[in-house]
Parts: sequence; C-alpha cells; structure tokens
Amino acid sequence: MSTSHDTGRTRTHTTSAQTTGGLTISGLNKVLGGRSIIDDLNLTVHEGELVSLLGPSGCGKTTTLRMIAGFLAPDSGTITVAGRDVTHLGAERRPSAMVFQNYALWPHMTVFKNVAFPLKLRKLPKAEIVQRVENVLGLVNLLHHRDSRPGQISGGEQQRVALARALVQEPDLLLLDEPLSNLDAKLRVKVREDIREIQQRLGITTVIVTHDQDEAMSVSDRIAVMNAGKIEQYSTPEDLYEHPKTTFVATFIGTMNRIEGNYRDGVIERGDEVTGVRPEDVHFSMEQVAGGLPATVERVIPRGHFHELYLKRQDATLRAYVSGQVPAIGAEGYARIDRAMTFIDGVLQTSDAGGSASTPASPEPADSAPAEAEPAGSAPADAR
Amino acid sequence: MAATTEQIAPETAAVRLGSESIRRSDGRAGAVLGKVLIAIFVVFMVLFILGPLLWLAIHAFVTNWTFPNLWPDGWTMRWWTTVFSDPALGAAVQNSLVISPIVVLCSALICLPAAYAFARYDFFARRTFLVGLFATNAFPKMGLFATLASLFYALNLMNTVVGIVIVQIIGTVVFMTWIPAAAFAGVPRSLEEAARDAGASKIRVFFTISLRMALPGILVAAVMSFLASFDEAQGTYLVGAPQYFTMPTEMYTLVLNYPKQVAAVFSILLSIPSVVLMLAARKHIMGGQLAEGFQIR
Repeated sequence: MSTSHDTGRTRTHTTSAQTTGGLTISGLNKVLGGRSIIDDLNLTVHEGELVSLLGPSGCGKTTTLRMIAGFLAPDSGTITVAGRDVTHLGAERRPSAMVFQNYALWPHMTVFKNVAFPLKLRKLPKAEIVQRVENVLGLVNLLHHRDSRPGQISGGEQQRVALARALVQEPDLLLLDEPLSNLDAKLRVKVREDIREIQQRLGITTVIVTHDQDEAMSVSDRIAVMNAGKIEQYSTPEDLYEHPKTTFVATFIGTMNRIEGNYRDGVIERGDEVTGVRPEDVHFSMEQVAGGLPATVERVIPRGHFHELYLKRQDATLRAYVSGQVPAIGAEGYARIDRAMTFIDGVLQTSDAGGSASTPASPEPADSAPAEAEPAGSAPADAR
Repeated sequence: MAATTEQIAPETAAVRLGSESIRRSDGRAGAVLGKVLIAIFVVFMVLFILGPLLWLAIHAFVTNWTFPNLWPDGWTMRWWTTVFSDPALGAAVQNSLVISPIVVLCSALICLPAAYAFARYDFFARRTFLVGLFATNAFPKMGLFATLASLFYALNLMNTVVGIVIVQIIGTVVFMTWIPAAAFAGVPRSLEEAARDAGASKIRVFFTISLRMALPGILVAAVMSFLASFDEAQGTYLVGAPQYFTMPTEMYTLVLNYPKQVAAVFSILLSIPSVVLMLAARKHIMGGQLAEGFQIR
C-alpha cells in the first residue's frame, strides 16, 4: 500500500496556532431526522493548513463541510473562519468557497462566465474581473477553454473550472467535497497533486472531505478521521498510521491484521484484547529467525512492486508484504511479528515492539486464535 | 397544432417497425414486402392526419364542393374577403391577441412561484395541492363555468376582460404549475448552492440559475398555456358574450351564420398562431443552448 510511504513532501504548516486565520469549530451538533449526525465536534485548522475529513459514508463528514460552508445550520456550536464568527451567516456571506463533488458548474455559462460570476456579484470593475479570471484560469491551465461551455469539456477540466471558480474569490477558506471521486484513477493522482501544489503556492487554508484514505494521506497536513459523527483521531498522516488511537482508525488508515487475542512476546494468545499488526511489521523468511514461529504460505497476491502473503501460524493467520524473492504457495518458513498494537475496547493501549529479535519466542504458543484481516476502508460497522 | 409533431412520431415508429420486419425476413422478397408495408403505413398515417386539414384548406378556396362530385365546382377567394370584411372578426382577432398573452403572463406570475415551491420545499399537504390542481380538469368544464358565472355576476365580472382572463387562467394552471415544477426540480440543488457560495442572494440565485435553467420547461408551459387560452371557447363565451368575442367564440357565430367555407377560412386563421408558436418553440427548445441546459454531468 502506498500509504505506508511518505511522499517525502515537506509539510509547511507551522504548529503554533494562529488565532487570526484558519478555521475553528467548537461544540458542533446536528440532528437530522431524529438522528444525531454530528455529535459535539471540535476542530481547529491553522492558517494555510490542508486538513482532510476522512471517514466512511454516513460518518457526518459532508454534513460538517456543509455546515462550514453555510448550507446547513448547526443545532449548536460555533464556526469561526479567519477570526470571524460565521455560525449565523448565510453561505453567500461567508469567506469560504466550495468545490462541489459534481463540480456544480452552470451549464448555460461559458467557463469564463462561470469563473467570473463570483466577481461580478462583488461588483468589481470589468477590467479587474477579466484580469483575475484569466490569472486563475492560467493557474489551472484552462485558458484555452475560456469560451467553452461546461458540457464541452472533460470531467478533469470541469473539476479545474470548479477549482478556479473557488480560487478566484480568494477565499479565507477553501472547501472541497470529495473533489476527486468523479475522476478516473490515473487522473485522480494527478489532480490531487495539482490541488496540493496550488494550495501550497497560495497558502490557502483548505478542508477536504474524502472517504479515500490514500487521497487524504497524500495531500493533507493533518487528517481528522471521522466515525459516527465524531472525530476519532486528528493528527498528521504519519502519526495516524504509526499510532492509531482506535481499531477504527487503525483499520481505516492503511492495512492491518486485526486479530482477536492478547499479544504477548511475539505471540498472540487467547484473550479479550484485540491485536493489530501492520503487514509490513510481519517479517517472513525461509530460515529460522529469532522470535519467528513456523508459518505456511497460504496465498500469494501480486501487488505490483511487492507481494502480499497470507501466512498461517499456529496462533493466527497474518498478512505480510514481501518484495524480491516470492515464496510459493505451501512453502514452510518462519514469521515474526516485529511490532503490534494492543487495543482494549477498541482503544489503543500499547504500541509494543516486543517479540522482536531480542525477545525469544514464547515456548508454548497458545491455541490458534481466530484471525481476521481487514482491508483498508472496510465497512465501519465491523471495525468498531 | 399538434398534428405536425404527431406526424413525426408515427413515421419514425413506422421506420423502426419496418427495419424490424426487414431483419426478420430472410429473402429479398421479404425486404420488398417490408418496404411496401412501410409505404402503405406512412401513406395511411399521412392521410389520416393531414387529410382533414387538406379538406379544410381546399374548402377555404372553393365555391362549392358537395358529396357526389369528385372535383369542386369552382375556385374563389370570396370567403376570405367575407371574413376579412366582417368588422366583428377584426375585433375578435384583436381580443384574442391581447387576452391570451395577458392570460399567459398572469398565469406565470401566479403559478411559477408555486411551481418553485412544489419543486423545492416540503410543506403541509404538498401532494394534495399538487394533485388538487387537476380538479379543474377532472369535471365537465361547463358545470364549473356555470357556478363561476353566478359568482361573477355578484362580483360584476360578467362581460369584462378581467372575467375572461380569470376563466382562461383556470385552464392554464395545470400546465403552468406541473411542467415548470418538474423543470425546477430538474435543476440540481448543487448549482443553486454553488451560486449562493459564490455570494449570490437567494433572489439572485433564483433568477440567474433556477429560472434560467428551468426556462425550456417554462417556455413549453407558456406555449401550452397560450394555446389553451387561445382555444378556450366555453367559458369565454359564457363570460364574454355578447360584449367580447375572441376568435374561438367568434367561430360559433360564423359556423351558425355563414356557409362552411367561411368556417374553413376561419379555422385556418385560428391555427396560424399555434403553428407559428410550435415552430418557434421547436427551434428554441429542441436544439440550441436551452436544451444544453439539461445536460448536467
């Protein structure tokens, strides 16, 4: 999974909270149809920071974004943008600009008119409108489509028009609702790089709603992982991956072997705890290694530049990644857990590096515990 | 003038039918038979739809043409001069051309906000109201007009233009509400939200986005309302006669008092606005930018 590798990009935001800029949400609540959609949500986004709201569908991330944009009034709580309380302002009076999931371009206007519309509403002089629109169209490489209609250009281009229409307003806060979900896989990677690049260049405070952890990991300064109307964890992508606070975060971000049982000295024993092991923390070799238990290769799945193995040990079946020489199905070898996370009632207790080479394997491993490997982004219900 | 549009549909249906029969037949004879069948079908449809119109058009120019004769007795423009020299006719044309646009305009002012509300808001008894609009079309109109007349007498609306306009609006309400409501509902909410996000007030959003994008539907509704108003005779006769005659009510008089050739001339005159409107609507709605408005990705 590419999530395990940092893109190597430098994160620019400063950790010191700036009181003037950015976005602050405190005590936000929303009940829709008798169901609590958002439950006491608090979030601070620093000026110039790019934050993703990440979660499965129905977790309330889009509702939160719509409340930030002003399309939905919260039942309680406050929303502050650039130091100004905007909770009771309508969408048209907020200093935020939104890029809609379906782009929401006006089909009866040309690309130029779409982008110029927000400036026309602000009654700017005509020359200034033309200049600003052309600047921003240049920024998203769409000057050649200036007089096209939205129906005549491709999905990726429409997306850039939508972005241009938001950027031309020079908003204090840029909101993107699933900006890449309507693009094909290849374009998605390119467009998300573009969005990140433009966001960095303009230093614009940005909130992105997404259900794609890959997308969130690769563009965000920080990610708020949402589940059932609450933020489960709010941290940097690296920290979320290394130290997921809950099993939900651990399974939603990246891939994890989720095994019901207690982790003791490199072995999983029968117990009430839940043990989480990242596939890359499972070491497999054909020769005996210190701390390794005998394991049989059950499945081999090619993943491109690496292979995913299903390894059956006495205590659990573990997924592991190997590159280079790939063992055959049925091969006997040794698997060692280098690092495991222990969760009690879904909450992270320790991130134990025990069971590594320094600790010998338990002489009497417990009976095979039921193992369950969950892919990333699986349904939240079974992750909870 | 529904004939022109209806005519296209059976023809394409015939073509489709024909191509199917061609596919099924496995010889050249079958193909020929298919083509012959199509030809017969098309000729029949054309005769069925255009025949009466042709009969009407011929009658407007003949001196006399009665049943056993295969050919008219003679040709004349007399009926046209009769119609055009009748002073009542000019007044009727004028009344029709003034009253119908007023009816469409009033109907739009009353019904379009209602249509928007039906499309966008969920209020008490919304469905009941929406279906209730059909009530005016559900019963024989004459009964409705008779009761309306007694009310109009009390309100001094009999033999007034206002009375005629009110009576004609009744027949347009369903068109002016249902079709634009569907058109408004077809405007994606996100397009309106995007405009608000860009800084437009609710009223501005309505006029620049909602109304603009629903325009094709509204135009269709306007055309249908215009034709409904233009053709309305029962209520108009009851309320307007003998003070005000519109073209359809004038036609009653003509049919009763003149030979049928005059009625033929008048029918042709009566159909002109319909044909013109249909052609204009077809040009502006079917092709061009308005249709594009509905292609949302």
